[in-house]
Amino acid sequence: MQELEAGGAAGCRKDFPLLRRVFHGRPLVYLDSAATSQKPEEVIAAEVEYYSRLNANVHRGVYALSEEATDAYEAARARVARFVGAKDPEEIVFVRGTTEALNLLATSWGRRELKKGDRVVATEMEHHSNIVPWHLLRGTPGIDLEFVSITDDGKLDGPDFDRKVIRGTRVLTMTHVSNVLGTLNPVRELAEKAHDAGAMVVLDAAQSAPHLPLDVEKLGVDFLAFSGHKVLGPTGIGVLWGRKELLGKMEPYMGGGEMIVEVGPREITYKDPPYRFEAGTPNVAGAVVLSRALDYLEKVGWEEIQAHERDLIRDGWEQLRGTFGDSIRVYGPRPSDGHHAVLSFTFPRIHPHDVASLLDADGVAVRAGHHCAQLIMKRYGVPAMTRASYGIYNTREDTRQLVESLQKVVRLLGTP
Amino acid sequence: MAYDMYQEKILDHYKRPRNFGHLEHPDLEGAESNPLCGDKIRLELRLDPSRKTVDDVRFSGEGCAISVASASMLTARIKGKPLSEISRLHRKDVEEMLGIPLSPVRVKCALTSLKALAEALLPTPTPLVTEEEPPVPASGTGS
Ligand SMILES: Cc1ncc(COP(=O)(O)O)c(C=O)c1O
Repeated sequence: MQELEAGGAAGCRKDFPLLRRVFHGRPLVYLDSAATSQKPEEVIAAEVEYYSRLNANVHRGVYALSEEATDAYEAARARVARFVGAKDPEEIVFVRGTTEALNLLATSWGRRELKKGDRVVATEMEHHSNIVPWHLLRGTPGIDLEFVSITDDGKLDGPDFDRKVIRGTRVLTMTHVSNVLGTLNPVRELAEKAHDAGAMVVLDAAQSAPHLPLDVEKLGVDFLAFSGHKVLGPTGIGVLWGRKELLGKMEPYMGGGEMIVEVGPREITYKDPPYRFEAGTPNVAGAVVLSRALDYLEKVGWEEIQAHERDLIRDGWEQLRGTFGDSIRVYGPRPSDGHHAVLSFTFPRIHPHDVASLLDADGVAVRAGHHCAQLIMKRYGVPAMTRASYGIYNTREDTRQLVESLQKVVRLLGTP
Repeated sequence: MAYDMYQEKILDHYKRPRNFGHLEHPDLEGAESNPLCGDKIRLELRLDPSRKTVDDVRFSGEGCAISVASASMLTARIKGKPLSEISRLHRKDVEEMLGIPLSPVRVKCALTSLKALAEALLPTPTPLVTEEEPPVPASGTGS
């Protein structure tokens, strides 16, 4: 494939300066994009440009520079709204990342709306950031938290979903794409069922936003969260999208400047969303630069990205299975079954930590551990997995290097 | 560099761990887990009748090559030794046993068994540590 030779989706690899670094004398093979993505030159330049030309606090100054900064910040909000298919920029709340978005939601919506014994359903494939904020509500107000189980091939168990998402369920919260199994969940269908049962639907899009176009209307969800740093943007900026009527009923999350209309000694009136949830000086640079990262992604184009990444996963699955056969266990659905962006695997009796250490010696960066998804580790009965995860800039050659290094590991640590 | 870490001695202890398993009536027990990698090492010790010397020791659990090898070496090191001596074992002793430089991340793996030992040796109110009451680990690893 031509585009592969050029490197990455539509030849974009050359735009990522960090990928030229060398570790232990070997060029970096970066296979940890599910943890965080690398950034293209344009995005890095946008950060410099912001601080060189635009920096001022927002919503405060009456001088021209502050107005420019405010305009850029609000333009970023509109850009993000377009990215997720939201009608109204005011449905976009800027936060630090997916974790903060989900905590904000569970706290501001959950503490007010949920009562003792209310049923919240998550899935076993959630990242801890979509489990712990709900877990915290088990104490007060005392919700009942259930988890939809996973099948052997890494999909949500349909019959178990129907058993758990019963009439009267208040919340269904689930990930769009699993950060361990690569599963793409059938969100629209599940959201419809959940709505029929009376539940509100929350989508963790941290692992889908970098890989496929989002459209909150088509997905049919009520809230959605993602992180800037996983979509080629900077750290410290993320997004909570919520339906206006739901955001409007929520209490503030943090208190401070910029989120109030009037403060008296005894009473306070709060601004409307999204400002109600953006106390203090926001991450203006983060929002502005994030919008440039989204521009970059869409410039490369979703069709290119999806075709390229489908090819990487199909090829990666085949290389791993083809080379190691039955001695490797690769998790998640088959590539033809919507497997996205991450390949997690284990070798019997070789600890993932050793695998990652030894791969590092060859300049191959992968993640080993529980990947903040201990329910998945429990489900498959392993303490940890090794995970290679892909971004738009990866190539089949990256996988080839991974496999070559893995062969050395197996030779060294495999049982004779 | 990573490959330097996996020397023959370490691989030997990893693939053929010494004193692996359980004791029937351990006098002292300690466990330590490393939540980062899901490792768990448990040590069981039997003392001599005067309760001054380690008569026998076993370890169990799951871990990476470094944590299993260091647990294996540690058990070999403490078997037959007086408690007064093994209670003075220190991080640098483990590093010496392993004989390799350890990165900050891998130090945690190497020290898992030593921490389990420290827990086993915690002063206890009664002569025997009961199985039901493992002392609270010092690190805030949560559950
Ligand atoms: C599925 C999923 N949800 C949530 C998060 C948390 O994102 P962040 O750490 O950016 O808040 C991650 C990040 O690893 C993730 O993979």
